[in-house]
Amino acid sequence: MKFGVVVFPGTWSDRDCGWVIDQVLGAELTYLWHKDTDLKGCDCVILPGGFAYGDYLRTGAIARFAPVMEKIGEFADRGGLVWGICNGFQVLCEAGLLPGALIRNASLEFRCEWTNLVVERTDLPFTSKCGEREVLHAPIAHGEGSYFADPATLSRLEQRGQVVFRYCDATGRVVPGANPNGSLHNIAGIVNARGNVLGMMPHPERCSETELGGTDGLKLFRSVAENALQVLVS
Amino acid sequence: MDERRLREVALTPDEYKVIVERLRRAPNEVELGMLGVLWSEHCSYKSSKPLLRRLPSSGPGVLQGPGENAGAITIGEGWAAVFKIESHNHPSAIEPYQGAATGVGGIIRDVIAMGARPIALLDSLRFGPLPESSRHFEGVVAGIGGYGNCIGIPTVGGEIYFDECYTNNPLVNAMCVGLVRTDELMRARAEGTGNSLMLVGADTGRDGIHGASFASVELDDNSSQRRPAVQVGNPFLEKCLLEACMDLSHTDAVVAIQDLGAAGLTSAVAECAGRVEGAGAVIDVAQVPRRERGMTPYEVMLSESQERMLVVVQRGREREVESIFNAWDLTSAVIGQVTDDGLLTVVDGSDQVGRLPITLLTDGAPVRRLVGIAPDPPFGLEIDALPPLADAGGTLLRLLASPNLSSRRGVFRRYDHMVGDATIVPPGGDAAMLRVKGTKLGLAMTTDCNARYCHLDPHLGAQLAVAEAARNIVATGARPLAVTDCLNFANPDRPEVYWELEETIAGLAYACRTMELPVVSGNVSLYNESFPTRGEGGPAQRSRPDGVGQSAIYPTPVVGMIGLIDDYSKRLGAGLRAEGDFVLLIGSSHNDLGGTEYLKVEHGHVAGRPPALDLTREQAVNRVVLAAAQSGYLHSAHDCAEGGMLVALAECCLLGGIGVRCPAVRPEAPLRLDAAFFGESQSRFIVSVTSRAMPEMQSLARRHNVELSLLGLAGGDTLEFEGQLKLTLAELRQAWDVLVP
Repeated sequence: MKFGVVVFPGTWSDRDCGWVIDQVLGAELTYLWHKDTDLKGCDCVILPGGFAYGDYLRTGAIARFAPVMEKIGEFADRGGLVWGICNGFQVLCEAGLLPGALIRNASLEFRCEWTNLVVERTDLPFTSKCGEREVLHAPIAHGEGSYFADPATLSRLEQRGQVVFRYCDATGRVVPGANPNGSLHNIAGIVNARGNVLGMMPHPERCSETELGGTDGLKLFRSVAENALQVLVS
Repeated sequence: MDERRLREVALTPDEYKVIVERLRRAPNEVELGMLGVLWSEHCSYKSSKPLLRRLPSSGPGVLQGPGENAGAITIGEGWAAVFKIESHNHPSAIEPYQGAATGVGGIIRDVIAMGARPIALLDSLRFGPLPESSRHFEGVVAGIGGYGNCIGIPTVGGEIYFDECYTNNPLVNAMCVGLVRTDELMRARAEGTGNSLMLVGADTGRDGIHGASFASVELDDNSSQRRPAVQVGNPFLEKCLLEACMDLSHTDAVVAIQDLGAAGLTSAVAECAGRVEGAGAVIDVAQVPRRERGMTPYEVMLSESQERMLVVVQRGREREVESIFNAWDLTSAVIGQVTDDGLLTVVDGSDQVGRLPITLLTDGAPVRRLVGIAPDPPFGLEIDALPPLADAGGTLLRLLASPNLSSRRGVFRRYDHMVGDATIVPPGGDAAMLRVKGTKLGLAMTTDCNARYCHLDPHLGAQLAVAEAARNIVATGARPLAVTDCLNFANPDRPEVYWELEETIAGLAYACRTMELPVVSGNVSLYNESFPTRGEGGPAQRSRPDGVGQSAIYPTPVVGMIGLIDDYSKRLGAGLRAEGDFVLLIGSSHNDLGGTEYLKVEHGHVAGRPPALDLTREQAVNRVVLAAAQSGYLHSAHDCAEGGMLVALAECCLLGGIGVRCPAVRPEAPLRLDAAFFGESQSRFIVSVTSRAMPEMQSLARRHNVELSLLGLAGGDTLEFEGQLKLTLAELRQAWDVLVP
């Protein structure tokens, strides 16, 4: 099982994801440079958080044109696991690998704080270690994390059960007060129809050790580590 | 020499005379500009230098003291902590967002230049009251977040104070902490004649010309015309620059790295060469990559364009370095060489445009011998004239809601304080703590200064700032290690301000020496003063809110401090942790109401003497808390600061989400009830322990001759002192969590 963590200029969660994969999970890790044109045999590619290319134009708008993205698109088409976190989620939306877009937080401010997420899909390779409707405690850190999609896309997502994480209160109730950024339907993370491309705004790599405030994020890394091979084989 | 021209470069006629004498000729335009910026107060410390020498700067573990880009101290396991604080006050007053952003960018580059990876940022901020000062406040907070969040370095601490004296002169002091292996610590020394000087990072533009000079004069009505002197930050570029500089450690082709900050290329080259006896440099401005056409050599040498570094590279190995910067799509260019003639020679292609001795640039500015005269003492405080405390609960709620004490959550959540996976004590309590990954070491960090105390008694106020910072470190279970200071003052040409500077530095030196805390880096920012009435004749009146004046800031010596815990699993937070715990007050309370937040909020005075401080007792109390933390007796620890014991206790409840039930406080005469609740007596902590640990705590306190009293029992959802006040946590939170503004 080998994780590849993509590094764009301006990415900063690469080292945090790498730390969790290498030091906490103990899985194989390689970094993928944005100019790379092969994925070095990775079983799961992570697009981590940051401000790729400065995000001066629109989050993820430039990153989608990076050479490595073409390979990631092909990899996803073959069923490979692609996991976008924060800025990575924004890049996946820009690249058309996931529907919708992330727009400015309703508060118009950057938000770095802990949130609660209810897990709505546990049949995915990313979430198989989570319980049914389990509530995960995970931090966000973004200025543009408000999930938006047109009504048709949104209802399609809901019908097909592509919403994986929703912001909720501590007891798992999906209420407006628990929504930190104004995301439609409290959406914090979605998956593509095939179930191999996940995008999420919260940072699982920041909650994978007790000293950082929680280990719920590690459940996602563990799920991937266990399932990646099976997915590729199937 | 035209006096107007001299004013433009911020030189005095006397200084010009010195230059002509030393050069035995008149300097040309380029040389005059270079001397002007390097002889500015900001670069030369000509007013404060003799005083700064009084600060202790050595000690066990100090790897680098003042004089480099940042200080460094060893923390064990082969690691060194590199850190420095710096002001960006003047730019932030004019252009709050960019001023603050580039302040953050600049201090990060100082740490990078030492070969260290920056791991944390702290920001010590002061503004006039809201809402009048919301342009400053909003802009600065947004600028700090805009830069820090983008570059991916967590902002984990700092302070925010509001006071009328900062209305025209907000203070923005940014501190950066980095980590480096001790054997990879770099110094910005231009060693090796013939080695190449490479300029890397951003292209050079016309921004920020005369920024250093601008920071060395008072702000006036025309200051907004100085806006072009404020630089514009590009955190994305700096992120690439940071990573490329980290990659440089893989090659031994690099001799030194120097940040380009105030006074740009001129300062970077002069400082780098000035650190090596007899070294000089030749710079060819024609080789400097530019983003604007038609720039003169003068403009190139003085530009303060951000996100640039000077790299000294071994001759013949420039390609290796270039390829590292190429990988990050960064420009690099060889712009000159190290020489051994002790001169900074500037050429433009084949034309020589300037030639100055390095020592004239770096050490030539005549030290200004200023005179300090003590001003009239501030208003005294007749404690007995204060009415007795009528409604403790109401007072507590008003104090919690006061802008200086209310929760900073609304600000900290706008900063990414978690990136790096190292923040193990988040902002909002006492000091923040970051783990050193791969070890059990925890690095605590804080900035502190109560400028109101400093105004009332600068010598004592400076000591109180050191003590408060140390207590914040100790409250996390870490022992204080070393200090960086940022001295923010008004115009030192006025004797009472210079007196404040003298007294402050004496106080800092005394406290740091007594507590064995070396001051390894720092910065001085003077002329934080504006004269709205300037030009109406006569010496400008000092008009601080106390009646002595409104346009000069309080003396504000911000103390940045780091501390260390050997095993971070023993770290402590401020919030109560378990129901049933005993809540204890360590240390003793006196009638310390002078200069308190209580006095200002409830009685409208800034008066009296600041709280007394006995550094021996201070250290004894710190030893008790550290020993108890080490032995695992403590569940939480929080220091009593502004607002006194009751505000501190309320914070313990709010941060832990647990209430406290206490018997009524019946202070023994002469201690007043308001002083027991809201007095700001020093050397006090509120800790929580299990009942089983009580005997050990008592014997520990006895052994160190420190007072220990039981306040109450943790539990429930109210803060109660029987018969005196009873408030639910929800009521407290509603007052406290007002999310400034």
